[in-house]
Amino acid sequence: MRKGAPVTGYDSMIRLSWRFLRVWLRDFDSFRKYIVVNLLGNLGDPVLYLLAMGIGLGRFLGEMQGLSYIQFLAPGIIASAGMFAASYECTYMTFLKMFHLKTYDAIIVTPVNIEDVVAGDIAWGASKALFSGALMFAAVTAFGLVHSWWALLILPIVLLVGFHFASLGMLVTTMSRSFDYFSYYFELVITPIFFFSGIFFPLDDFPLWVRGIANCSPLTHAVTLCRALILGRKPPHTWLSVAIIALPSIVLFYTSIYRMKKRLIK
Amino acid sequence: MGNAVSARGLLKKFGDAVAVDGIDFDVREGECFGIIGPNGAGKTTTMKMIYCATPRTSGELSVLGRDPGDCPEEIKKDLGVIPQENTLDTDFDVITNLLIHARYFGIPRDRARACAGELLEFIQLSEREKSPVDDLSSGMRRRLLIARGLMNDPRLLILDEPTVGLDPQARHLIWDKLRMLRKASVTLLLTTHYMEEAAELCDRVAVMDRGRILAIGPPGELIRTHIGEEVLELVLSSEDQERIPGDVQHHPARMEITSQKCLLYCEDCRSLVTHLTERGYRNIHRRPATLEDVFLTLTGRDLVE
Ligand SMILES: Nc1ncnc2c1ncn2[C@@H]1O[C@H](COP(=O)(O)OP(=O)(O)OP(=O)(O)O)[C@@H](O)[C@H]1O
Ligand SMILES: [Mg+2]
Repeated sequence: MRKGAPVTGYDSMIRLSWRFLRVWLRDFDSFRKYIVVNLLGNLGDPVLYLLAMGIGLGRFLGEMQGLSYIQFLAPGIIASAGMFAASYECTYMTFLKMFHLKTYDAIIVTPVNIEDVVAGDIAWGASKALFSGALMFAAVTAFGLVHSWWALLILPIVLLVGFHFASLGMLVTTMSRSFDYFSYYFELVITPIFFFSGIFFPLDDFPLWVRGIANCSPLTHAVTLCRALILGRKPPHTWLSVAIIALPSIVLFYTSIYRMKKRLIK
Repeated sequence: MGNAVSARGLLKKFGDAVAVDGIDFDVREGECFGIIGPNGAGKTTTMKMIYCATPRTSGELSVLGRDPGDCPEEIKKDLGVIPQENTLDTDFDVITNLLIHARYFGIPRDRARACAGELLEFIQLSEREKSPVDDLSSGMRRRLLIARGLMNDPRLLILDEPTVGLDPQARHLIWDKLRMLRKASVTLLLTTHYMEEAAELCDRVAVMDRGRILAIGPPGELIRTHIGEEVLELVLSSEDQERIPGDVQHHPARMEITSQKCLLYCEDCRSLVTHLTERGYRNIHRRPATLEDVFLTLTGRDLVE
């Protein structure tokens, strides 16, 4: 037993363990239960983008970077589907579980600590991104837009994108007081990222500073990677791009766990 | 026998507000220990420090021989926690709630299934196995929470207001279950606002108020030391209220006057009743002293906050 002095150890340490998998499994079970809703919800929007913009708008646009417009668009839609799925999962859904359904309260009285709960939810967000990305990938394949086996590497890229945006979403959730915060987050952060990551138009002709900002966005790099891979080409800076997605996510991951613990364990 | 919980100078602050103010107590292994106290007394906060959901600010705390600050997961694997509010997982049905909870403990699937079946029997919810938890009545949810807390075969069961909002039938059912657990030598630690619940179930009770423990002991003993054997309740008119202090001053009884009533705490009230009847008082109600008298005497009759 510790004597005298104030107790701090428990507060400041991050006690992550493999038990986070049990939290992931809980989310997976819930997902399986609502599988039909999940399938429809995940395919709807992106397929609509592909049809409306790729085919509809594409008729007027002609070629872009030597590609048909739909071919240009499709890889970015796959990557962004991952971003949206992970972001949604670790903001709205996590907030719901945390405050309204008290799921977190129920779990932290078991050997699963709060760190594991947060890590499990982030892992789930990333998995959900992979799921959405894979569905989109299948749809894009059905449109005949996949031209190489290298395209399968898009899936791990989407998983990485998912991990990045799940961690970022979780960090936003640690600061959020209500669902309104998430509307701001989606409008002010996620949507601009979606439109300025080179999904809909190439960034080459923009001024340097615009390209500079866009190149800080992990999604820009994911889109570049996916666009090359789907054609079987070698991406311009493969490892640099991967690092720009992955390294910040590790920081975001630990920061969000730390902040969530601070917020919930008082 | 050792102590399941041992606290010395246990203190908890939220910012500058002191929620638990340096309390000392032990919960012995195998006993049922109750904490009673008004709203905001610090009961839930004390429980949360014990089940490792909130760190203490200072003092010493040992739960099942370990420090919650050092190895929460080791302690939590032997705890059953029934929280004050409903934390059932609304995404799942009754049985799945139990199975998923068991998985958090790493209990193998078949063992969890067998255990869940037995527990549903125990709380009489077998028929509702497949009901979504939202469809249950609040009494059923409460029972399910108890079953969930028992899935890992805990050594220490912590119940924060286990019977709040239940009808008498449901309350008696839960009391029976808790007595059975106590016989099976599970240590029970509970809080309650129902004095008869504490008196009925607990071997020892701590009366808590504003973060401090005011008294601790077996319910019967607390009643004898703080109140005595019996209580007289008198309904008084205003002139009776004026004269009663003079009329009882030669009797060894402690008096308390509230807006409508006068309470007299005495060892043997018979002679006092005779005396008061002779002096012309009517509506004298004589009854045994209860834990509620102890509670109200120690924590005051006014609403705290
Ligand atoms: N997370 C928190 N942040 C700030 N203050 C808190 C927090 N939790 C509890 N408190 C304060 O600590 C004090 C004790 O609260 P606690 O919940 O332990 O009381 P209680 O005895 O369980 O009351 P009740 O009978 O109403 O359940 C209260 O003044 C409460 O406002
Ligand atoms: Mg409470």
